[in-house]
Order: sequence, then structure tokens, then C-alpha cells
Amino acid sequence: MTGPLTDTGFVAGTITFSVVDGPGNRFAIFLQGCNFDCVVCHNPQTIPHAEGTHFLTTIDDLLVKIRKAAPFISGITVSGGEATQQAEFVHAIFSAVKADPQLGRLTCFVDSNGACPQSTWELLAPVMDGAMIDLKCLDPEIHRSMTAQPNDEVLASIRLLHTLGILYEVRLLLLAGVNDDPALLRRTGEWLAEVDPHMRLKVIGFRAHGARPHDPPLVEPSADQREAAATLLAATPGADFDICLI
Amino acid sequence: MAADLRPYGVLDMCPYREGVEMNEFETRAAALVQDGTLGYDQKLRRLAALATEALPYPAVSEACAEALSKRVICDMYEGHAPYTARYILPDYEKAVRQGLHYLEMAPPQNLDDALAFLLIMYVNVPSVTTYPVYLGDLDKVLAPFVNDSISDAELDSKLRRFWISIDRMVPDAFAHLDLGPHDSRITRSIFRVERSLRQAVPNITLKVDPAITPDDLIEDGVRTVFETGKPHFVNHPMMVGDHGEQYAAVSCYNSLKIGGGAHTLVRMNLKEVALRHQGGGATTIEHFLDATLPHYVELTAELTEARIRSLVEEQKFYETHWLAVEGLIDINRFSAMFGIFGLADCVNLLMAYAGLPDARYGHDADANALSIRVVQRVAELVAARPMPYCEGGNGRCYLHSQSGIDLDDNVTAGTRIPVGEEPGMLEHITTCAPHHHLFASGVSDIFHVDETALRNPQAMVDIIRGGFASGMRDFTFNLDSNEFIRITGYLVRKSDIAGIAATGSARHSSDHLAAGSEASYHLTERAVKRVRAHELSPK
Repeated sequence: MTGPLTDTGFVAGTITFSVVDGPGNRFAIFLQGCNFDCVVCHNPQTIPHAEGTHFLTTIDDLLVKIRKAAPFISGITVSGGEATQQAEFVHAIFSAVKADPQLGRLTCFVDSNGACPQSTWELLAPVMDGAMIDLKCLDPEIHRSMTAQPNDEVLASIRLLHTLGILYEVRLLLLAGVNDDPALLRRTGEWLAEVDPHMRLKVIGFRAHGARPHDPPLVEPSADQREAAATLLAATPGADFDICLI
Repeated sequence: MAADLRPYGVLDMCPYREGVEMNEFETRAAALVQDGTLGYDQKLRRLAALATEALPYPAVSEACAEALSKRVICDMYEGHAPYTARYILPDYEKAVRQGLHYLEMAPPQNLDDALAFLLIMYVNVPSVTTYPVYLGDLDKVLAPFVNDSISDAELDSKLRRFWISIDRMVPDAFAHLDLGPHDSRITRSIFRVERSLRQAVPNITLKVDPAITPDDLIEDGVRTVFETGKPHFVNHPMMVGDHGEQYAAVSCYNSLKIGGGAHTLVRMNLKEVALRHQGGGATTIEHFLDATLPHYVELTAELTEARIRSLVEEQKFYETHWLAVEGLIDINRFSAMFGIFGLADCVNLLMAYAGLPDARYGHDADANALSIRVVQRVAELVAARPMPYCEGGNGRCYLHSQSGIDLDDNVTAGTRIPVGEEPGMLEHITTCAPHHHLFASGVSDIFHVDETALRNPQAMVDIIRGGFASGMRDFTFNLDSNEFIRITGYLVRKSDIAGIAATGSARHSSDHLAAGSEASYHLTERAVKRVRAHELSPK
């Protein structure tokens, strides 16, 4: 790539210090607009795609904020919404950060649902340091029921990012009674181990706070259920996952 | 509520007096010896403090006495006739090399000897609390005794026993030891022992040199904070710039010279100074900086000088104490601490006088800029005021941002942003950091983080490094869910404070102080807020 393809994008908001968006303390950028419509989404206001000038933000605006935080952070993370929906903007942000003498040491991460074509990752790979991918469910039908979309691109993204050496972690969200069946979790563990037996996994119990009302109501897994899921994944034959349970 | 912890009625009394009346003295002494909430040792120490009130206060001018009695300036209730320096930092490395004549201790030959040697020395080091405030830079003091023949497991076991002894024999959370900036097996072992024992005592500082201290060691410190609220982190290069390599952080954020210390600490309440400021209009801030502030700085200096002369010339502490006689402290490495507190209240008042009541410290650029002018002005005035027997500070006091005592009410600790008004962490740090270089003897801004940080200790390492790169001298954080809370810089367990409320007594002297603060300020009820603090209860 020879330079930014676009210098503006739709940004829902930023967080100066985030300890939950990748390694170390990070400046997090949440883009507006998502291609999934997850029942479990904690920030449903970021799902609709933006139009016009609302949410329109320039790279320079972001760089001013990032510079203030720079001494205190390991890097930046672009999340959403869905980061890859504005891949050219993300590419431009990362390129600008890496080209800036004051910011060049910062690592650039993407937090994504993984539902994008291979070409998106090929665009971003030269300027990004890591990806965190949500896998809502290995089973395509359950995945569709949770997100309104298939999961084939998600699975392909996980494989590709691992091959490219930039898969930082896979996040598994547990929704009680929906995607936490032991047999399904066993298969999920096997599939992930096949990609990378040392994969870093973050197992996150669904929390209703922030999510939209649903009928029937969505159920938070209990501490015991979360623990059981993590134990089950850890027991995957041939795998030595680095599991963080939340 | 706090009165039952101090059976002396001090709260209602003017501390500047010729001496207590005999009948009042008897009443207070009787209340003390009959107090069922104090242990024998605690009674003994408080009786000793009470006794000095029978002596006349060091002579000061009428204006100084008035400012003291109105608590515009404060002597930290150190007593009428100081007979020990407030903060003493014995040179423990020298002590283990040369042995102790007074205590008849030969230089230790192995780790067991060294640990016993130190315990014996600790209980013979004085301070205004009667307990030692400095226990040594233990990684360096113990280094000659830890070689490859001692396994990590053995080291942990010996230090664990030592740690329990310190907590039981020096039951005061102002007792403080230092580690770093280099990595060492001893430091790693101490952090492991800390995490397993979870004691309030001793307090710990990790010296951080961004060029020397590995991330991995800072992160080990961060993990230890998650368990015990310790260590506190200091900016080693900045400290070395002010004090040289031989310095340590002791008690609560007091950075002083090893082999030296501070004769005394007198503090000035900037809120009270601002309340006494006369003259408004457009020139109000200039008039404050050029007239009101210098007046009270001089009164504070006068009181400091009187107390230093009493300690040095009347009680002849440095001519008589064995630490000085054996060369383990040297009066030429001492100075006094000039404390300020209530900066936030002062700035907010001055902005209101200037017609800008909504411009508040921590939130408004003009208020923040004024805060720096006020502190710089105090620093200039203190630097221009010669002080006897203060060669450790080149003949001047060390400036200190004083983090409060349990009696403080409606005034903000040190140069902190008031509890409940703190902006986001970045804004918070960038507001406080410009002050830090001015406080050679320490400054405290305590940051609270929520427990999501538990899973990401590297994030705290990033923030600590960023803080030091931005000019912070001291960095302390607490985890909200922690069993420990920091008061000024010393730690107490929440369960111990609850115990005082339930039973009225506690084993650690500092727990009584904390209970006073907690009762007054409801520290533990605050969400994501820094802790108010204090240093020394009136006797």
C-alpha cells in the first residue's frame, strides 16, 4: 500500500485507557456500523451503519487523542460496531500511527467478528499486529440464530489470521442454553486445536447488562457453568490452550 | 466517633500552650491508663507522648502561635519537646558491615544472622510513632547473604518467618522498606511472601528506573498490589536527581536520604491560608502569591526552625543517640519537611474570589495552571528560606505534599483532586504530574482501578511507565475489590477496621488512625475513588 485510502471514517466513540481490549493499556476506537445483529450485543447503538456527517471523524482528530495517551499505552485497538466494515479507514489509522515517529512503537490491534473476506485481512495484515476474533458459535445454525449471519467467513478468518501469524486471541461468548452444550463445546475445542493447539482463548460469560430485551429472555451462565465450559475446553485432546475465563 | 480512639480530648485543645494544667493532665492520664481499648504497649507509648506536654512548647512569635492554634499551620502533634527526629533512615548496609556497638551485635555472617540482626536493630530505631519508619533497602542489605547455596524455597521460608516477625514486633504500617530498581531474587521472594501472607506491615516501595527495571519486575509488583495493596512505585531517576543514589521512600511517600532523614514535618493548610486572604478584585491572585502566601510560609518556617532547634540544641538528639554515635545516621544528611495540603480547596477559593466559582482544580485549565503557580511560589519561598541543621537539603526544607491526618475535615489531602471529583485517569495524571518534581520529599496521588485490571497487569505497567515519563515522582494504585485500603500511604485491612468498630481494639497502632479516617470519611464506601489520609494521630 502506498498511503491512506481514506482519511475519514464513522467513529462511535473512543476510550482513552482500556484494559480489556488487548494486551496492556490501550486506546480503543469504536467504529459505527456492524454487519451482524447479535442478540447478545452490549452496544447495540453501534450496529446501524452511519450516513452523512454524523459520527464522521478524521484521522487527525484521532491522532490528537492518541498522542495524549501515547506515553501510557501499549497500543491502539479498533473495535466496533465492526472494524472490518471500514477496513480502508482502519488501514489508514494504522498506517498513520506506524508512520508517526512519536507513535510508531504502538501496536495496532483489531477486535472483529471475523465476518469479512480474505482480501480485508490481506489489506490490513501489513499494518496490524494482532486480531481478536469473536466466535459466537461453531454450529452454523446456532450462529445464525445468534447473529443473523452465517459463520463460514468467521472460521476462514480465524484460519487465515493464524496462518498470517497475527491471530492474538479467539473469544468465545457463552449464552446459557444456546451455545454451551458440552458436545458443541467439545467440537469447538477440537476445531480450534486443529488451527492452533496453543491458541489464546477468552471465554466470556454473557452478561445481560447493556443487551437489548429478548423474548424469551437471554440467560447469563452461572459461575459454575462458565467454569465447566472452560474446563471442558481445556480438556481438548492434544490442545494446550491459554484460557482466560471472564 | 473518633473521640473514643483518643482519650485525651486533644481535639478541643489549643496545642500551643505553656504546658497542660495538672488536673487536666491527671484526667487525661487516668483516662489513658483506664482505656480498655488500648493494649499495654499502646498505653505506654501514649503516656510518653502525653508527658512531653508538661514541658513548655518551643518559643515562637505570637503570630506563629496564633497560626498554630488556629491550625493554619500544623506541627503534626509531634509533642512539645521533640527528643527524636521524626523520620530516621539508618544506613542498614553499613550496619551489617560494621556491626552494632551499642547493641553488642557483630556483623552477621549468614542470612539467618542478618535477619535476626535486623529485627534487633528495628526495635531500637526511634521515630515519632516510636516504631521505625524505614526498614532498609532490603534487596541490597540482604544481597551479601543470599548466594546460590540458598534455594528459592529456603529463601521464601526464611523471609516468611522474618515477615511475620516484623508485623508482630513492629505493628505499625508506617514501617516501610524499599526494593529495586534492579531485579533480584530477594525482591521476587519478598513479593511471593507478601502475596501469601497478605499483611498490612511492612509497607513497601519499588524503585523504578525505566532504563533498568524490567517490565517483568514491575508486573510482579503490580500482581502484588492486586493481592496486598503494595508496593508503592517511585520514579528512581527523579529521586536520584534530588537526593543522590542513597535515598529511600519511608513511612507514607516520604523520600529522604539514607543515613539521614527529617528532623520534623510542619505543614501549612493552603485552604486556611486562602480563607485568610484579604483583598479581592483583579489583583487578588497576585496579592495572594506576593503577600498572603509568603506570610504563612514564613510562619511555617518559623515553627519548623523552633522545633529543629529544640531537637538539636536542647535535647541534643544527634549528639547522644547511638545511631549517630556509630555513624549510621549523620545530621548532615537530615533536613526538615515543609508540608502543604488543601491545594485543591485553595485554588477553588482563589478562582471563586476572581469571579470564577465554576473553575475547579482538576477540571479547568486556568484552575490547573493556577495550582502550579501556587505550588511553584511555595517552592520558591521555601527554597529562599535558610533553615538550620538542614544540610541534607542544602540548608533548606524539603517540600512535601502532605496527605493528611485523621483529624482533617473538609480539606483535601496534599495536592490531590478532591475525592469524588477526579476526572478520567489520563486527565487526572496530567493534572497532578506537573507538581511532582517540586516535591523532593514526596507527593501522593492514589489511583483506584477496577478489577478488570486483574486480568491485564501489563496495563498497569504501561500506566506506571507513562506516569513516570510524564513527570510523576510517586505512583500508587489500589484495586477496588482489595481487602486492603491505603490511608495516606500506609495500609490497613478492611476487616481490621471493622474489628475496631466491633470491639474497640486493634493490634496495629495504625489501625486506630485508619478507623478514625474511615469513620470520618467513609473511605471504604467510595467507589473508584482515592483514599483520604492522615499520618499521625494526636498522641
